[in-house]
Amino acid sequence: MVNKVYNNRAWLLVLPMLALVAFSAIIPLMTVVNYSVQDVFDANTRFFTGIEWFERTLNDAGLQAALLRQFAFSFTVLAIQVPLGIGIALLMPKRGWQASAVLILITLPLLIPWNVVGSIWQIFTRGDIGLMGVGLRELGYGYNITRNPVDAWATIVLMDVWHWTPLIALLCYSGLRSIPEAYYQAARIDRASKWAVFRYIQLPKLTNVLVIGVLLRFMHSFMIYAEPFVLTGGGPGSSTTFLSQSLATMAIGQQDLGPSAAFSLIYFLIILLVCWVFYTAIMNMQKDKAERGGV
Amino acid sequence: MAWMVWTLPTAVFFSTIAAILAGMTAWEVISPTVERKGFLPIATTRGDRLFIGLLSAAYIHLIVVGFTDITIWFALALSVVWLLILMRWG
Repeated sequence: MVNKVYNNRAWLLVLPMLALVAFSAIIPLMTVVNYSVQDVFDANTRFFTGIEWFERTLNDAGLQAALLRQFAFSFTVLAIQVPLGIGIALLMPKRGWQASAVLILITLPLLIPWNVVGSIWQIFTRGDIGLMGVGLRELGYGYNITRNPVDAWATIVLMDVWHWTPLIALLCYSGLRSIPEAYYQAARIDRASKWAVFRYIQLPKLTNVLVIGVLLRFMHSFMIYAEPFVLTGGGPGSSTTFLSQSLATMAIGQQDLGPSAAFSLIYFLIILLVCWVFYTAIMNMQKDKAERGGV
Repeated sequence: MAWMVWTLPTAVFFSTIAAILAGMTAWEVISPTVERKGFLPIATTRGDRLFIGLLSAAYIHLIVVGFTDITIWFALALSVVWLLILMRWG
C-alpha cells in the first residue's frame, strides 16, 4: 500500500476554472433561485411570491404526467439499449479490416445532430412519402404518429435506440477488447460454455463501462428535447411531451419565468440526485476492486 | 447586481451556504476529515455527509411544500436536525 501525501494547496490550481464556472453556471443558477420565489415583470416591478410557484409546479397534473412519462421513456430506452448494445459488441469482429469497417458503420448515427435525427425520422415515418410510413401501411397497419400515441411512442423509442445504442456498443466493445486472451484460454481448458464465458468473464469486466454507459444514456434521455420536438412536437395531445419541452413551453412560449424557474430547480434536483447515486456507485465499485487487490 | 433580482430570503439562503462552505474549509484545515462508516451504507467524509444532508434537505422541503399543508419552517427545522444527525452519526 502506497501512502499518498495529500496536499490541499493543489486546489488553488482549480481557481481559474472555479471563476469561469461561477460566471457560466453558479451566478445564473443563483438568479434562477431568485426568480423562483418572485413574479418578475421588469427591472422595477416584481412581487415576492415565496413558495407559491413550487407549490403550483409540484401539484400541476400536466407536469406530473410529463415527469412520469420522462421516467418511463428513460427506463424503456435503457432496457432496450443496454442489452442490445452488449449483444452488438459481442457480435462485432475482433480484428482486421472488418473490425474497422464495422466500427465506422456503427458510429455513424452518433455523428448526426439531434434535430437532424428528428427530421430524418419525420420524413422516414410519413404516410405519403416515408419509407417506414408507407411500408407499414402497405402491410396493412394504419401507422400514424400524429394520431396514434402508441405509434408516436414506439417511433420515438425506436429513433432513440437507433441513435444511441451505438454508444453502448462502442463502450462495451472497448471493454471487451481489454480482456486478456488468457481468460478465454482458461475458459476453453475448463470447457466453459459460451454463456458461462459471458456470465463470469465478459459481464464482470464490462461492469465499469456499463455503469458509465447507463449514466450517460440516462442523463441524456432524461433531458431529451430536439428529437421528439421535431418528430412529434410533443403530440398527439401531450402523449410525447417530455420535461424539457414542457419547460421550454413555459419559459419561452408563455414567458412564465417564476414558475419555470421553480420547475428548473426541481428538474435540476432530480438530475443531481441521480448523478450522485451513479457517481457514488462507480466510486464504490472501484474502491471495492482496489481493496480486493485489483487495479 | 440588480439584474439578479435578489430577495432577502434567497440572500440569507446563499449567505448561509457560503458560510457553511467557509466553515467546512476552515474545519478541514484545522482537523482534516477521516473517511468513516456510520449508519449510511457507504463510507463518507465530512463533505460527503454535508452534501447528502443538503440534498435531502432540498427534497424534504419539496415534499413539505408540495404535498402537505405544514409550514415550511417545519421542513427547515427537520432538515437542520437531519443534517446534524447525519454529520455526527452518518
